[in-house]
Amino acid sequence: MSIDATSSDRGAGDDDRPALRANLRRAERRRKLKAYALIAPLFLFLLAFFLGPIGSVLYFSIANPEVSTLLPRVTAALRDWDGQALPDEAAFAALAEDLRTGYADKTLPKVALRLNYEVGGFRSLLMRTGRTAARMEAPYTVALTARDERWGDLVYWRTLKGNGSAFTLHYLLQAVDLDLQWDGSIQRAPPEKRLYLDNLRRTLWIAFVVTLTCVLLGYPVAYLIANAEPRWAKLLILLILLPFWTSLLVRTAAWVIVLQKAGVVNDALLALGLIDEPLTLIFNRTGVYIAMVHILLPFMVLPLYSVMRGIPPEHMRAASSLGARPWAAFFSIYLPQTMPGLSAGCLLVYVIGLGFYITPALIGGGSDQMLSYLIAEFATNTANWGLAAALAMLLLLCIAVLYPLYQRFAGAGGMRLG
Amino acid sequence: MQNKRRATLLSLATAVAGMLIVSGAQARDFTIASWGGGYQDSQRKHFFKPFGDAKGIQVLEDTYLGGWAQFKAMQEAGTRPWDVVQVENSELIRGCEEGLFLKLDWSRIGPKENYVEPAVAECGLGVVVVAQLVGWNPKHTKVQPSSLADFFDLEKIPGKRGLRSDPKGTLEFALMADGVDVKDVYKVMATKEGLDRAFAKLDTIKSQIQWWEAGAQPAEWLVSGDVVMSTAYNGRIANANKEGHGLKMLWQNNVLYVDKWVIFADSENVDTAYDFLKFFSDPKREAAFTDDYTYGQPNREAVKYIKPAVLEALPAGDHIADALDTGRADSVEYWLDNSEEIFERWTAWKAK
Repeated sequence: MSIDATSSDRGAGDDDRPALRANLRRAERRRKLKAYALIAPLFLFLLAFFLGPIGSVLYFSIANPEVSTLLPRVTAALRDWDGQALPDEAAFAALAEDLRTGYADKTLPKVALRLNYEVGGFRSLLMRTGRTAARMEAPYTVALTARDERWGDLVYWRTLKGNGSAFTLHYLLQAVDLDLQWDGSIQRAPPEKRLYLDNLRRTLWIAFVVTLTCVLLGYPVAYLIANAEPRWAKLLILLILLPFWTSLLVRTAAWVIVLQKAGVVNDALLALGLIDEPLTLIFNRTGVYIAMVHILLPFMVLPLYSVMRGIPPEHMRAASSLGARPWAAFFSIYLPQTMPGLSAGCLLVYVIGLGFYITPALIGGGSDQMLSYLIAEFATNTANWGLAAALAMLLLLCIAVLYPLYQRFAGAGGMRLG
Repeated sequence: MQNKRRATLLSLATAVAGMLIVSGAQARDFTIASWGGGYQDSQRKHFFKPFGDAKGIQVLEDTYLGGWAQFKAMQEAGTRPWDVVQVENSELIRGCEEGLFLKLDWSRIGPKENYVEPAVAECGLGVVVVAQLVGWNPKHTKVQPSSLADFFDLEKIPGKRGLRSDPKGTLEFALMADGVDVKDVYKVMATKEGLDRAFAKLDTIKSQIQWWEAGAQPAEWLVSGDVVMSTAYNGRIANANKEGHGLKMLWQNNVLYVDKWVIFADSENVDTAYDFLKFFSDPKREAAFTDDYTYGQPNREAVKYIKPAVLEALPAGDHIADALDTGRADSVEYWLDNSEEIFERWTAWKAK
């Protein structure tokens, strides 16, 4: 009986195994699908609002469609031109035809502005020639140079040839003070136009100083809150969070009132007799540091506080009972345990600090502007989206390079982004 | 969790429904975009609201942030969210050339000859005349500036000076202070020596320059004494003086900005837009606006109705005899051709 049962059991198992496996597989698939469905909104969100924009920024930083699509004939005519002497009559005729159609369908201003990024005055040259191109007759070599003698200058033809392809490294190179030549060679930009690398260095430096100051100020504050009586701790946390309730712009403007020549700080110092003349606290780097530290300090204090709260006070007591002096106990027992909070705070403050724009613009001087200021100028004002995108990529690249370095130093205790 | 998921689904559904509504929308109501803030509040009171009431329509409004970005986005997306917008000269010319703005038929607006020269353009009708000029606070300086040259004289009048953080207008201002006639400014600036000369003039006071970004800053600084002198928009100084601050203005070679109304070429409400421009051109209405908000009027007829006390703070009559109009053909051409290169040089120079 028992043998029968066992054999029949085994028999049944042998017969059912594929069905069971299929069942399991189906269940597994259903479970997976459910899981995918659950993360799908988040995934789509990331795709639409994170990867998509980054991809389009990258695209804008290398896209160069204007010349090849709006001046197609002259682009083709110049393909085999060596750039050493003026091109032949066929190229001139192709240009005249392109100008004629471009002017008629009003696409000429777009390509004119694009070329003007590289040679100042190219815009007016194209527009001026475009206006009369419809009435021009062969030979076009004569007709074009008669309209504007600049058509006899190689630089304009070379710039046309240099922009004949749909993609370019022009903007990305410009963002690091390099100049892409018409023949593909790369040179340093002329001295009076080298500003981007300088600006990048300054941006990295300002964010660094702000982060360091936030550590020095935020660490004791977080410690105080973590070790205060609960009702005091609540009040202190509230004070830390309070600035989040007002807009960045308002907080920045408030610093103007506090720091200006006849401001609260100067008045107080003068009244106390500590200074004879008002200090210059604003419209310079000092003002930028003060305001940025104020705005970013909560991003340092909060992660530190959350980590410190979890450190039992017994650890420090144990250290001192074992004979460690206060400093030694702090550095070997307490500080290492706060590393996760410290590194998270540093990462937050540094990365947010890199992107500051309105604060330096309103309380900095001419030499305190950060990279975002330039990005905003190109993106909104002149709508040179290629250069704005290239500068944004540069900033992104800096973070991409700094992050692994940071991971290495912050080690396993550091906050991970992925 | 369940709640959260429901909330996510709900918000997704709302977003999708919203998109359907937007894409399904037919002819939009007549929409005007202007510069926002107190300025647009005054415009609403004197022009937008009365126009809507007179026509029996609803006038929608939006804010234009300046620059070309919003127009570029419209061109690329093929949308026209506005019918009429107030733009500056460089955008006016660019939009006119690219066919984004309509070439105006003046017979549908009003007599062209009533307008001062800077207010008439192929695609635009002058909205207000704003002057950028030197202002100072007699409370904070013993010596009063009497010419543009004094602005650059650190010995005569020591102390910080406010300047707009933008090469446009500022370089011209430096050249005029250096003795260049208002007519020749762009001829001089077009040469390398001329441009160097403008930067060299600014170099003489560079250590004392405090750059302003927003139009509200210079008047505040003059009141607080953060600067002894500053370039500023006349309306901002006039507003400070309404609060009794007694700031002074130097009218020599002030730089004029005449913003223009433009109509979108693809607008579905072109007739309403023309009616609005005609309605706007009523001299008494324009004068009432100026009594309220101290910017000059491009309509000569309107100037007659402005209160004399207000007129003193306006770019009109003698005040604009030697003014530089930034809407002048050579000015617009110069900046469209050179703004990229000069912006780079300017930013590099400022940071040094």
